[in-house]
Amino acid sequence: MNIIVVGLSHRTATVEIREKVAFSPNLIEKPLRTLVALEGIVEGVIVSTCNRVEIYATTRDIAGGIARIKRFLADHHRIPLETLEQHLYSYHSEAAIRHVFRVASSLDSMVVGEPQILGQIKTSYGYAAEYKSSGIILNRFLHKAFSVAKRVRTETKIASSAVSVAFAAVELAKKVLGDLSDKTVMLVGAGEMCELAAKHFINCGVKGVMVTNRTFERAERLADEFKGEAVPFEELFQHLHHADIVLSSTGAPHVIITPRDVVDVVRRRKFRPMFFIDIAVPRDIDPKVEDVDGAFLFTVDDLQEIVQANLAQRNREAEKAEEIIDQEIGQFYKWLSSLGVTPTIVALRNRFEEIRRAELERTLCGWKDLPPDGEKRLEALTMAIMNKMLHAPTTALKQAGQGGRVDLYVDALRQLFDLQTGFQGDDELELEE
Amino acid sequence: MTHLFFLVTLSLYGCATAAYLCCLVKTSEKLNLWANRLLVTGFISHILSTIHLANQVRHLPLTDMQGSLSFFSLMIVGVFIFFDRKYKVPTLGSFVTPVALVMLIVASALHGEMRQLPPVLQSNWFWFHALLAFASYAAFAIACGVAVMYLIQRYFLKKKHFSGLFQKLPPLETLDEISYRSLAIGFPLLTVAIISGAIWSEKAVGNYWEWDPKQTWSLITWFIYAALLHGRLTIGWRGKRAAILSIIGFVVLLITFFGMKHSITW
Repeated sequence: MNIIVVGLSHRTATVEIREKVAFSPNLIEKPLRTLVALEGIVEGVIVSTCNRVEIYATTRDIAGGIARIKRFLADHHRIPLETLEQHLYSYHSEAAIRHVFRVASSLDSMVVGEPQILGQIKTSYGYAAEYKSSGIILNRFLHKAFSVAKRVRTETKIASSAVSVAFAAVELAKKVLGDLSDKTVMLVGAGEMCELAAKHFINCGVKGVMVTNRTFERAERLADEFKGEAVPFEELFQHLHHADIVLSSTGAPHVIITPRDVVDVVRRRKFRPMFFIDIAVPRDIDPKVEDVDGAFLFTVDDLQEIVQANLAQRNREAEKAEEIIDQEIGQFYKWLSSLGVTPTIVALRNRFEEIRRAELERTLCGWKDLPPDGEKRLEALTMAIMNKMLHAPTTALKQAGQGGRVDLYVDALRQLFDLQTGFQGDDELELEE
Repeated sequence: MTHLFFLVTLSLYGCATAAYLCCLVKTSEKLNLWANRLLVTGFISHILSTIHLANQVRHLPLTDMQGSLSFFSLMIVGVFIFFDRKYKVPTLGSFVTPVALVMLIVASALHGEMRQLPPVLQSNWFWFHALLAFASYAAFAIACGVAVMYLIQRYFLKKKHFSGLFQKLPPLETLDEISYRSLAIGFPLLTVAIISGAIWSEKAVGNYWEWDPKQTWSLITWFIYAALLHGRLTIGWRGKRAAILSIIGFVVLLITFFGMKHSITW
């Protein structure tokens, strides 16, 4: 049995193409059923996110299976195959395993290391499991992919640093102020970026939030949302010294906070440091505020720079992740190739023969008054029992023929009779979020 | 025996310093842990070495430069271990352990003067004075190390330099707090040390204050730290200004320690 992958992603297709090929999660049942009804396709999972659409399937006929899935994608979305084909990639066997491990570990993501993709694949797999389009191989395969992704995340620093501007702001604030749990955030203006950054600060457990805006109603609404305090814009400087973190993003055409204001505010704070982030264009905070002792001013450009540096670090960590994936592929591939009918029958016979021989020897060893032809007859007897017992499962295996059932039988036999496959994945068979 | 302990201490401090310097470039919990273990073991060996030496010469080995430097180094390591327990600041170790190591190496290069203990030193007030003085020196040494780190980190923040060492250094506020704590420990110790020194002086030569250079410079040091703490508590001097003053204070302290001979003892 072979694993194949057919799909397209942000690397091969523009968003216009991707949205045409996307599957809606509400209507996923029908395409899943169509997919596994295709000739030669045994199991199938459809993964559809805004950055990629991919189909994972198992088949005995690699070339035919890939061609049929391509045709299926084109037909289902009513796009001419000739148009679609140039955006599609396909992998089989080891390359397919590597691809899926890399996708799940977020190495193929637009932002390397972003954590969403793993959840998205888990959801997609959930649908496939629900509608029974995935079977023994894809189940094992995807669970293995999840555990590889988990290993990558814990053993490398691929997801450890901030790669969004809002989160970079929080990280930077911690570098100045240390523990944020006794700090207060002041939002000046109510831009989208400010709100996002404020949410991150609240998640990190800041003590309080103050919001001010030219239209007081807006400030009140935001303050309600953050369970903070609304401050009239005219009273900004009466309250500013309570704030340790100031996020500014007004649409004002001129500077709102001048160095002189900040000198005054810092003095009232007994020189406890203040952290300013100016997100507005044109700027709200005079760049000279930087020169005030105790004030630390950062702009979006500074934050962007941090994000870039962290992205570079992630790419370095990605190399370590590739090594982990290399190790895991070998293990899984060994299990997959052990699933054939013939190797299983051979292994099963060997296991029975081993037991028969051992028991026979034990019996014969201490038997003093054994008749002359006793050994031969015992040999024949045990042989006959073994052959009779093995006859039914062997026939069943051979007759299970080409469907998904054969993989189920093979796997069950291997587990029930402890036929070594070199794959330990069963303890990871739970879906954790 | 003393020699053996001393060598063990020296090599452990050497390894700990190397490990702490590695902490500056590599982020690893394990490395931090090992650096700390090495240093604590070295510290214990250092204490044993000091006790053994004290037993041999029948008094605390604080009467010559070799013993003093070694004891200074011991106290610095002790104070650092104390703060590291509380604040988990391995990078402070990268700044402090090299200083302790160098002091110990210099001490080992010096010749111990196995001289007869002069009668003026045979006073409990002297030992009390010397012990407290070294404890306060160590606290101020930590304050100075933290101040240097503060200035470096502040420079990075102001210049928007966000990679490398910036990632490793602790937050500014943490540094500021350690600085304040170590000053708050060091200053009372220094005060009592100066007072007990004056009492000893009275017992030894019949005069509380001799105005010899050592005493004068000690007083200058005391005034600098007094000003620093006062400024902090009343108008909130902190950050850059406090850091610079703390470094100046320590430089003056080093001048007092190395440069000024004591008219009573020498």
